[in-house]
Amino acid sequence: MPKDGGIGASTKRREDVRFLTGSGRYTDDINLRGQAYAHFLRSQVAHGRINRIDTAAAAAMPGVLRIFTAADFAGVGGLPCGWQVTDRHGKPMQEPKHPVLAEGKVRHVGDPIAMIVAETPEQARDAAEAIVVDIDELPAVVDMKAALAEGAPKVHDELASNLCYDWGFVEDNREAVNAAFAGAHHVTTLELVNNRLVANAMEPRVAVGDYDFATDTSTLYTTSQNPHVIRLLMGAFVLGIPEHKLRVVAPDVGGGFGSKIFHYAEEAACTFAARQLRRPVKWTAARSESFMTDAHGRDHVTKIELALDKDGHFLAIRTETYANMGAYLSTFAPSVPTWLHGTLMAGNYKTPLIYVNVKAVFTNTVPVDAYRGAGRPEATFQLERIIDKAAREMGIDPIEIRRRNFVTEFPYQTPVAVVYDTGNYHATMDKLLEMVDLAGFEARRAESAARGKLRGFGIAHYIEACGIAPSNLVGQLGARAGLYESATVRVNATGSITVMTGSHSHGQGHETTFAQVVAEMIGIDAKNVEIVHGDTANTPMGMGTYGSRSLAVGGSALVRATNKIVNKAKKIAAHLLEAAEGDIELKDGRFTVAGTDKGVDWGSVCLAAYVPHNYPLENLEPGLEETAFYDPSNFTYPAGAYGCEVEVDPETGKVEIVAFAAADDFGNVVNPMIVEGQVHGGLAQGIGQALLETCAYDENGQLLTGSYMDYAMPRADDLPFYRVDHSCITPCTHNPLGVKGCGEAGAIGSPPAVVNAVIDALHRAGHTHVTHIDMPLTPARVWAAIHRH
Amino acid sequence: MTKVTMTVNGRPVSGEVEGRTLLVQFLREGLGLTGTHVGCDTAQCGACVVHVNGAAMKSCNVLALDVAGAEVRTIEGMANPDGSLSGLQQAFQDHHGLQCGFCTPGMVMSAAALLAENPRPTEAEVRHYLEGNLCRCTGYHNIVKAVLAASGQDVSGVGIAAE
Amino acid sequence: MHNFDFVKPSTIADAVAALAHEGAQALSGGQTLIPTMKQRLAAPAVLVSLTGIGEMQGVCRGEGGLHIGAATTHARVAREAAAHYPALAALAGGIGDPAVRNRGTIGGSLANNDPSACYPAAVLGSGATIVTNTRTIPADDFFRGMFTTALMDGEIITEVRFPIPERAAYAKFVQPASRFALTGVFVAKFPSGVRVAVTGASEGGVFRWNEAEAALTANFSAASVEGLTVSPEGMIRDLHGTPEYRANLVKVMTKRAVTSAK
Repeated sequence: MPKDGGIGASTKRREDVRFLTGSGRYTDDINLRGQAYAHFLRSQVAHGRINRIDTAAAAAMPGVLRIFTAADFAGVGGLPCGWQVTDRHGKPMQEPKHPVLAEGKVRHVGDPIAMIVAETPEQARDAAEAIVVDIDELPAVVDMKAALAEGAPKVHDELASNLCYDWGFVEDNREAVNAAFAGAHHVTTLELVNNRLVANAMEPRVAVGDYDFATDTSTLYTTSQNPHVIRLLMGAFVLGIPEHKLRVVAPDVGGGFGSKIFHYAEEAACTFAARQLRRPVKWTAARSESFMTDAHGRDHVTKIELALDKDGHFLAIRTETYANMGAYLSTFAPSVPTWLHGTLMAGNYKTPLIYVNVKAVFTNTVPVDAYRGAGRPEATFQLERIIDKAAREMGIDPIEIRRRNFVTEFPYQTPVAVVYDTGNYHATMDKLLEMVDLAGFEARRAESAARGKLRGFGIAHYIEACGIAPSNLVGQLGARAGLYESATVRVNATGSITVMTGSHSHGQGHETTFAQVVAEMIGIDAKNVEIVHGDTANTPMGMGTYGSRSLAVGGSALVRATNKIVNKAKKIAAHLLEAAEGDIELKDGRFTVAGTDKGVDWGSVCLAAYVPHNYPLENLEPGLEETAFYDPSNFTYPAGAYGCEVEVDPETGKVEIVAFAAADDFGNVVNPMIVEGQVHGGLAQGIGQALLETCAYDENGQLLTGSYMDYAMPRADDLPFYRVDHSCITPCTHNPLGVKGCGEAGAIGSPPAVVNAVIDALHRAGHTHVTHIDMPLTPARVWAAIHRH
Repeated sequence: MTKVTMTVNGRPVSGEVEGRTLLVQFLREGLGLTGTHVGCDTAQCGACVVHVNGAAMKSCNVLALDVAGAEVRTIEGMANPDGSLSGLQQAFQDHHGLQCGFCTPGMVMSAAALLAENPRPTEAEVRHYLEGNLCRCTGYHNIVKAVLAASGQDVSGVGIAAE
Repeated sequence: MHNFDFVKPSTIADAVAALAHEGAQALSGGQTLIPTMKQRLAAPAVLVSLTGIGEMQGVCRGEGGLHIGAATTHARVAREAAAHYPALAALAGGIGDPAVRNRGTIGGSLANNDPSACYPAAVLGSGATIVTNTRTIPADDFFRGMFTTALMDGEIITEVRFPIPERAAYAKFVQPASRFALTGVFVAKFPSGVRVAVTGASEGGVFRWNEAEAALTANFSAASVEGLTVSPEGMIRDLHGTPEYRANLVKVMTKRAVTSAK
């Protein structure tokens, strides 16, 4: 291994120095010469018809440069949806236009009505107050079932109803599943809510549009997880700017968690305005604006049923889920409750028959799309909750019932399309049990009881499909994009290396870990490898970072490109060493001829490539730069066992997490320190969902949780130290690094572990009437459940 | 516009501000010190924490004119004089106490204020002191660990499975 | 924020004069006012900062108890009141977070009278006296419902005088998002009797729980409260709790305050 850290080393992050000294460069830190500022006038009502927008007085206010309304965007496309779901009857989903600025109607609180561009941000906001908007408020639909009722107000007048699609998966299994239920020894039923969340990356979204008249080129600086995707969507579908005249830069980005995947109206609007005004135009979201414009996550209402035989073997699963799309289809929204959720309903278990029904619904709320885990937490939560409930009903230990049903032979074809390539679920369960000291639980429970507290233990096992995704497969499933990843490895003349990746780091540490991979493969110090990302002008077309895909897909592209480099360098070395190419070996940054002491170092080979005085020019091009695109052949399937121990205060309902342990199988690990950090962060978000966070609307569509005063973010004193382990390793069988991805696991496995622990605590204390509490398990809800209020 | 003068990271500075100019705006836009971040508009997230006359404050919730004449310290003034990371900053790197880096400046400033008041805090004290600093990436685990390590305490057993 | 003229007087007299201007508003730390102004829900023409007034700063023993300058920060009260009135110091040390405590002041908190703020519970629970530039106001007369006080236009709190009880404690159950009091109860035992003040629970703002006061005056123990019931009527209903839940918390937090009173 290179001395500065190759694969497997907990190399300290090179990114940290700039962030720790205030030298990072986030989008809001960018200020261009002559920059103007945009402010968006947003709807304060959830649903309304716009009769008239009078901007005359506002346009005359100090500093105002231009006020844009929908009419100014008449020649511009709507924000595109990147995924088309086909419903149970073979029909495509209903797909309404998502205009950049509201056209004719506003459909959620926060829907942009006008964009004011002025010399200063305050002038733009002052002018917004002078715009007169005549809106007839219409009845809003917020509750999904109400939205589907006969005669419900329609979010989009031109659609037949508020039903986006009614999806069945696997539709052909429907009758067989029903038959299995009819003959089952036991059926467990559970109705539950997967609460709506707001991603809340700490950096609010920012967009800076710029236009260079001399080259007729637009540049957008934006807080994005995938600048190439934004360039494609905005250039081709919205503004009609070809890629060679459009550059998108996502510099340091302060967290994403899914919310910065999507193409947002403000990006297109600022780019458009900059062209019109020939001035840079900057927009920075206030946090209160983020709450009503960033795509939300989750928001499923589900009824799940599990059929079992007398021994607790799972026979069939049947679900009916209502999935909130919000007012418009965000970029990847339709895929989340379908292909990222239905395909995971087998979990870690060999249930032979599964039928998933999902009704996606338009409501007068902010669009809902992927948030850390995206569909997979919803699937895992349903399964791991109903398994606990079934175990309790049948008097089987919750660990034992899981073990009885674990998939043990791989590859495993699930009844929901995907094929698990590898895994060892008993191993992760065993590891977890080593970590949690169940033998000592009863003594700890007694100690808690002596203090008036109710102690409980909950477990969950999860699987996720990540490393998104095989393009040909997702294409069949409705994706309108490929999901490969790219890397260019540019070896410089003196041997240092610049890597351009299509992945994007917004906290994951790619600048460190990707360098570790290259350093390991060539045997040079990682400090000689620079990772460049985030700028479409200097990186190959790549699909960005989400879905725990960067190392599994982007890292695989990097390995391929580096392999090409090594192969070519060996040819050069063979020439320099006057040996056969097949005899050349590369080790620790030095090429040697096998079985001899003849060798040449890495730097000399690189120099020869660029100063080809002694070089096989007739057979080989000079230079040492290679690009690879990698399209995975399957998803990757990380899995793990999570255990949570809680104390409940029965007088107040407050739940405290006293211990949390996670045993994950991520396949091979490049940087254990970073992997553990990813798990910690995922756990906090999952525990946050379970105990604290919810995004709530009132019946009129007003957002009740519009700031941190009401949206409960997990804080340092809400959480414990976690115990995490990733020593159970079944390497991914189909990518070159054998890696699976670790970014979402914590958020997927933890919510059911927490809820199972609370229900366990209540049952052990005799509150056996409580079979479920919907997330978040706030003190008020837990207290009400205990006291039957 | 009114002229405001203060000392920032040991250097006397001045600039023209409005009554409504926040300290964070003066730092970021007036002085170009963009290390101090704005993550919310309700004084909850703590990304904007700086020291004013030695005390941690949320610079998004303080008017620049209200701290005229003060000694202000920002993240840009936290490294050692030779430019190397201070002990606290180094502990954040050593223990992976940051991911996206956006909350980090406020987190470091709050942690520095804690250690100035309480040089050997317990885990609970660290967690409680940092309640006004939100982080969405780390789950706080490695932040708390870094602060404990910076105070000279042994954190080698933290989060180990056999705990 | 809308723009405004900013003034920072160094004496109470100058502050009072400045507040006489049309549209003038006092700023005493601003930890609530500035966010409100950012939302453009308040738009003063003149903002008069009170934190530069020396005579409104500090904590000292004085006639009838502990005198605290109205512009004294929560952090300073937490430090300097600890030796004199530990329950009050503990309450101040639990408001907001450290950065907020370094900026927010007791006078600002009381003048705002947020129904979920902590200080009103201490002031009402202690039977403190609010001193303004023109008069003194007993705590029982000061709080007039949420965000409403007995202060007149242009009147500023200059000092708060706390009698020091034999034993007291504040028990707060936090609202999980804002960390304000979902319900907080301040209990203070004086030779003349026990006072119990509740914040966060009622639509009417901070209030005294008379039944508990009587029971605890007779017997200062948590058990005295056990038999009492709190009506959910008039309690706040929001995302974080029902009236029934808050009524329960009133009792639970009262018991906990009594148990921990020192």
